[in-house]
Amino acid sequence: MVLNNNIFETIRMIEKEKLDIRTITMGISLLDCIDSSGKNACRKIYDKITGYARNLVKVGDEIENEFGIPIINKRIAVTPIALIASASGEDHYGEFAKALDEAAKEVGVNFIGGFSALVHKGFAKGDKTLIKSIPQALNETERVCSSVNVANTKAGINMDAVKLMGKIIKETAYLTRERDSLGCAKLVVFANSVDDNPFMAGAYHGIGEPEVVINVGVSGPGVVKCALEKVKGEPLHVVAENIKKTAFKITRAGQLVGNEVSKRLNVPFGILDLSLAPTPEIGDSVARILEEIGLEACGAHGTTAALALLNDAVKKGGIMASSSVGGLSGAFIPVSEDEGMIQAAKSGALTFDKLEAMTSVCSVGLDMIAIPGDTSESTISAIIADEAAIGVINNKTTAVRVIPVYGKTVGDTAEFGGLLGYAPIMPVNPFSAEEFINRGGRIPTPVHSFKN
Amino acid sequence: MKAIITVVGKDKVGIIYRVTQVLAESNVNIEDISQTILQGYFTMMMLVNLSDLACDFSVLKEQLEKLEKDIGLSVKIQREEIFNYMQSI
Repeated sequence: MVLNNNIFETIRMIEKEKLDIRTITMGISLLDCIDSSGKNACRKIYDKITGYARNLVKVGDEIENEFGIPIINKRIAVTPIALIASASGEDHYGEFAKALDEAAKEVGVNFIGGFSALVHKGFAKGDKTLIKSIPQALNETERVCSSVNVANTKAGINMDAVKLMGKIIKETAYLTRERDSLGCAKLVVFANSVDDNPFMAGAYHGIGEPEVVINVGVSGPGVVKCALEKVKGEPLHVVAENIKKTAFKITRAGQLVGNEVSKRLNVPFGILDLSLAPTPEIGDSVARILEEIGLEACGAHGTTAALALLNDAVKKGGIMASSSVGGLSGAFIPVSEDEGMIQAAKSGALTFDKLEAMTSVCSVGLDMIAIPGDTSESTISAIIADEAAIGVINNKTTAVRVIPVYGKTVGDTAEFGGLLGYAPIMPVNPFSAEEFINRGGRIPTPVHSFKN
Repeated sequence: MKAIITVVGKDKVGIIYRVTQVLAESNVNIEDISQTILQGYFTMMMLVNLSDLACDFSVLKEQLEKLEKDIGLSVKIQREEIFNYMQSI
């Protein structure tokens, strides 16, 4: 029998420290839904998704019930729609987004990702059509998430795409202006995007993935923070060790749930993404972990180093616990979704520039940051270019999910609701990058030796 | 399939009686029990075997949740694997 104190530790982690399985994401290939008629393709997409995912929510709930561990989200990721819709010859892919939205509603998942295009080296015909459809698609659907990969380490940065995305983000913000530009919270611009990421808004089912797969995202910033409270004042290698051990336990819980879901749905288990994903609730914050390590507020000098330690230790613990670690795996720093980040941004401790520095050492990037609604297209593109450069040069995934909240400015607060949270509008650098962005073209592939 | 039942709360007469009554009615065999008083709190853990469970897991869980309300103690049932998995490879 397992030891009594282990039992109580597990129960405490779940009940008091908010250990949970953040998402079970079913990846579904839509490649066989390609059709020369858009209408037929949409019908095939709807049928295929509802066929495979029919029992996803039910099985998730059953497992939550039996193991006593909350499974917060059940989601779906599909093949990038730009690839699927291209053959239809349609000049707008809004109907595809609606088919995804209806399928998501039918099976009861809260988000479906994959209204996406991969354009790191250039645009195919379908890519441009998809990107131009994004603002309307995000305005007219509820659950569809969109992502565009504009750069990767092997191809460099597609600056034409970067320029276009600045415009698309602004358009999306305008169309969803009644809801604090919520559409932008469902749109991510990536560098080095990954095929098996289970987390939204950036999830899609990559081309090399199997027909259907289950990917699991675990979380647990609260558990890590509580574990660190026990090593107050100890040297940092002790802190790292402690995070590692905690990440191990969290990952094991995810592995168990992933295996069980996979068995019951008869769908292969893909990967476990062991990212620390915060929520706006008290006690579920990555910023508070950094503060527990010894910073007065998240954003103070030292934050990048503390985050680097945290991110690396999480990976090490997770990799030991599961052979299927993948996705993004690290620490997320979405401002509006993290209670500690929100406070740090409000108090002025956390600035946009510091966030950019932090993204060079942790998973993903400038995430869920509300910026003034009058930020120009070219400034948003320049933000994307900077972030893509960090990803491309450092061979890591980076992303931008900023929300230029229409009609609001510094001093106001944007409310997105639910897990998406709320955020004070953060100032951005007021100087222009317009000429730089207007050049377009490509930033070539970086050299991969002579690293300094 | 095995599960762990944990019961924590203020000690009173008949806790084990009430819990085991539910288990016996559902044809659940108890394989191990440990029980102690920690800082005045009654703390019990049971390893139970559910292979011959007479009803659905969710029904048993509902009955234990009902009991939780009746006796005013925390009563939880969770599959054993979650505890083993998190603490070892």
